[in-house]
Amino acid sequence: MKNNRIKSILMRPEISTFIMFIVIMTGFFIANDKFLSPRNIRIVMGITPEYIIVAIGIAILMISGEFDLSVGSVFALVPMTMVQLVHQGIPPWFAIALGLSIGIAVGFVNGFITLRFGIPSFIATLGMLYIARSLTTVATGGFPPPFPHSLPNELFVFQFEVFRASLFWMLGVAAIAGIMLHRSNLGNWIYATGGDTGAASSMGIKTNNVKMFCFILCGFLAGFAGMIQTFRIEAPLPSQGYLLELESIAAAVIGGVSLFGGVGTIFGAAIGAILIRFLESGIIMARIDAEWFRAGLGSLIIISVVFNTWVVRRGENMVHKNNAEEELKDDDSSKEKKDEA
Amino acid sequence: MSNENIIECKDLNKYYSGVHALKNLSLKIKKDSVVGLIGDNGAGKSTLIKILSGAHAPDTGHIYFEGNEVKFKSTKQAMNLGIETIYQYSALIPQMSIARNIFIGREQTNFSLGSIGLMKSKTMDKAAMDALNDVELHLRSPDTPVNQLSGGERQGVVIARAMYFKSKVLILDEPTNHLSVKETNKVLRFVEGLKKQGVTSIFITHNLSHVYPIADHLCVMARGEKIADLAKEDTSIDELTDLLVNG
Repeated sequence: MKNNRIKSILMRPEISTFIMFIVIMTGFFIANDKFLSPRNIRIVMGITPEYIIVAIGIAILMISGEFDLSVGSVFALVPMTMVQLVHQGIPPWFAIALGLSIGIAVGFVNGFITLRFGIPSFIATLGMLYIARSLTTVATGGFPPPFPHSLPNELFVFQFEVFRASLFWMLGVAAIAGIMLHRSNLGNWIYATGGDTGAASSMGIKTNNVKMFCFILCGFLAGFAGMIQTFRIEAPLPSQGYLLELESIAAAVIGGVSLFGGVGTIFGAAIGAILIRFLESGIIMARIDAEWFRAGLGSLIIISVVFNTWVVRRGENMVHKNNAEEELKDDDSSKEKKDEA
Repeated sequence: MSNENIIECKDLNKYYSGVHALKNLSLKIKKDSVVGLIGDNGAGKSTLIKILSGAHAPDTGHIYFEGNEVKFKSTKQAMNLGIETIYQYSALIPQMSIARNIFIGREQTNFSLGSIGLMKSKTMDKAAMDALNDVELHLRSPDTPVNQLSGGERQGVVIARAMYFKSKVLILDEPTNHLSVKETNKVLRFVEGLKKQGVTSIFITHNLSHVYPIADHLCVMARGEKIADLAKEDTSIDELTDLLVNG
């Protein structure tokens, strides 16, 4: 019985990611003991929360069975909108609210196009990737605007001893998202929708509404994370978040989120995002040419998914073997009963 | 079995883009009975269950449930009245646990904002195990993902779910398809058990030998029409086979 419990824990894909995380961290620590120094952790964890927030949004959407390739562009468009609105004389908090609603609007349009016209979200959001990026560039008016210091950026990125304020915002997002996904009935509907849309809707779940919610949440979180990055570097760049969509999907997948929906956790996606950032830092700290980061990331994606699949399959085989053994036992006991009779 | 009709259909017609899928179908289903609905592929069985389960609306005709006329706008409405449909392929979410599957869309929550709330996982786990025990299905843990169960066990989970939510009518769409002989017998036993607990079941199949032993009433369909509607004591497996083959 206890054995079964261990097996069922091992079968959780985010656990194998966590094991891999420990292995990689140890490896880099051996290569350079400054890798885990407070200074380096401070540097890496100063930027990681932004990526984790995007990965959480992507993970929830992927669990519901859809994709969003436009998060990188939304990551740039939302803060650019905020900055330009402040330059137009709009009060900062109002500009922040309007900017975040752009993220929500993009999520809604992604969802609407995907669900209304029944096309793959891969295509709908690929289109949005280009549209939102283009809008960001147009919004700069040809030259990146200066960062208006009336924006309350310290609230989001203030540097404490080791961590930045953004880490706490990220923890807040992760806690709310985690409770929503793993403890609420809405989370149950998200898993059901991504696991088997037909079955979910035959049980009375409004699968389109569930997916729409996830699209909107993903757009909102991408915009919110982009805002934090702009607030941190105090410069709205139209190129911000370039290729972030692929990196976020990579983080989710490394963390055990299935490409086919219905499987994944917030914890896994967060670990995936952290792993990517420490991989980048570790390669630099180990004095490997930084150009190797992408090769490292590529290998990590492949290895983690192969490893996840292997671990899950091994766990499943164990359970099946147990089932078979028990069935044999059942047969034996029924035979004995017959013999007695 | 009582003499009361739980479901009565009158002159149902349904067209799908010009195809007359259901032709003037009338049907009476007695309370606490097992009705075998048999017919070859394309006979209109699926259309009929989609209408009874609330997934589609008939173009013309009337449906009476416990004597009152009903017009379903959604499957949820039919489910709330106590008509639960188990589709052949899509009744459970494979990656999700047994307990989560039993409560999909009807989760027990601590509080709710609109319709969203926090799930009472422990209560649901316990209720799930009780529901499984009620249909004589003894599984190890409510946390087991459904994709680790055998085909017969999965049907058992679905039937346990319907029982738990006090369904009055259970529509089973080809529940024994792709199951081994041993598993098929398990499912047939589940359905027999339903009758004892006061649940009417409509068992759709194209395999007469599966439904014949447990059915009280048999209904044969072909080309969108009902071609026979017989009590088991008035017919034989040979007569039914002949009807099925020759229409």
